[in-house]
Amino acid sequence: MTVADTNTEIPTETDTAALVDADEVRRARKRRIEEIAKYVIPATVMIAAIWYWDRLVVWNEIEPYILPRPGLVLSTLIEDWGTLSTSLMVTLQITGMALAVAVIGGVGLAVIFALSRYAEMSFSPFAVILQVTPIVSIAPLIFIYIENRLIGLLLCAWIVAFFPILANTTLGLKSTDHNLSDLFTIYKANRWQRLIHLQLPSALPYFLGGLKIAGGLALIGAVVAEYVAGTGGIGSGLAFRILEAGYRLQIPRMFAALILIAVTGVIIYATTSLISHLALRKWHESALKRE
Amino acid sequence: MAALPLGHRDAVLHMREVDKTFNGGVVALQHMSLRVNEGDFISLLGPSGCGKSTALRLIAGLMPPTAGRIDWEGGQSADDLGVVFQEPTLMPWATVEKNVFLPFRLRGQKFSAVRDRIHEVLDLVGLGSFAESYPRELSGGMKMRVSIARALATNPRLILMDEPFAALDEITRQKLNDDLLKLKERANATVIFVTHSVFESVFLSDRILVMAARPGRIIHEIEVDAAYPRGIEWRTSKRYGEVAREASDMLHGALNTQEAAE
Repeated sequence: MTVADTNTEIPTETDTAALVDADEVRRARKRRIEEIAKYVIPATVMIAAIWYWDRLVVWNEIEPYILPRPGLVLSTLIEDWGTLSTSLMVTLQITGMALAVAVIGGVGLAVIFALSRYAEMSFSPFAVILQVTPIVSIAPLIFIYIENRLIGLLLCAWIVAFFPILANTTLGLKSTDHNLSDLFTIYKANRWQRLIHLQLPSALPYFLGGLKIAGGLALIGAVVAEYVAGTGGIGSGLAFRILEAGYRLQIPRMFAALILIAVTGVIIYATTSLISHLALRKWHESALKRE
Repeated sequence: MAALPLGHRDAVLHMREVDKTFNGGVVALQHMSLRVNEGDFISLLGPSGCGKSTALRLIAGLMPPTAGRIDWEGGQSADDLGVVFQEPTLMPWATVEKNVFLPFRLRGQKFSAVRDRIHEVLDLVGLGSFAESYPRELSGGMKMRVSIARALATNPRLILMDEPFAALDEITRQKLNDDLLKLKERANATVIFVTHSVFESVFLSDRILVMAARPGRIIHEIEVDAAYPRGIEWRTSKRYGEVAREASDMLHGALNTQEAAE
């Protein structure tokens, strides 16, 4: 027997069809235009917005200590790069470490929940309480109890970041195909085999969705914790620089630090999206290109 | 393969007076007895709610019977069963060959040790060149072939098929029916096939168990005395029509009494 029968939809029809379909040509042109517009339009709008910001300051003669011109922000960013880059590294470090611990903690806890319903019943209230209590209200306590400032910051960022990973991974571990689950039962799979070969791969798309959210939250957590922690002297992150610049009315520097935080957030989001794409592109529906 | 008379073949499985009652008192299956012999192709034919899928789940060990016994001749082991569900039930994250590898993996075998067998069985279902494709790249019929390959791969004593082709179009379905018979003979497999299609059951099986609902039970058994291999000649023969007629009559009779009782 052959597969020729079921396989006929795979060879491309465009190879054999010599005729040109006007509608198809139109669609192709539309696709090409959209492909370019996808980059050009947002870039243009962004540039226009920055230009308008600049004009706004000039036209209204706004003082730089109220709203600096974009050019001034940029030159401050370059001038203060020494201080700002050190702070950026601190914030990045806390964010990255918090995210890493959130992944380990979130996935680990989700696996424990999946293996034991009683563990889930026992500990999920704690996870929810940690999640719903605003971090700014817990942070002062954390900094009282924990002397090491870095660990305190890390803990704050972790509390904010781990929940989406826990919640999503838990959901994913439960979202296995029922028939596949039956098949594992029929083949007498043990609990670990079921976890490794069925539940974890099923949970991967959910986990990656949680990771995207957690990446942004880890940054927010790190920044908020730094605000609460206040002046720290050595090893101060971007949030501390913003506070400091605010006290000294160095508004351009505030903007420069703010831009660095925003760019960091975008880079984190882009990175987690890329990881997600690379992990799922071969098989998951979300990575499918519609014909 | 010359069909031996039923009593002369070795038994694989016995169901004895098996009942299944679900919570709330729904009798899904009542007094089902069945002797499955080596090489049998048995169809469970009936309307929805007649307990045919319940019977399959009981045999698969996915739930215990309420009463009665299901015994494997010579005891049960992990390699006894291959299963094909109505959906292909493939792992979307694994390639075709890794999907077929699953039953081997779950009993602790290395891929390299069974690669040849996996490719052999993929060739058998006509998917030899798709070993490294992902399920989403395949059509519905091809996915079903992978599912069949997985069920065949370990040479199980019994293959359970739960309406495997119900979701496919008629042309693909007929082709897969033809191919299934060839595969069954080559592997000398024993099959229990659940279907609600009279024609499918008549074409494929050597025994048809017609079932009725409320309570789910076997109401009639038909021996289909046509020799294998079967093909288009069988599909268009007079005897095929007669057997199909008999099975249809039994089904309709059961439905009418059921409706009258309601």
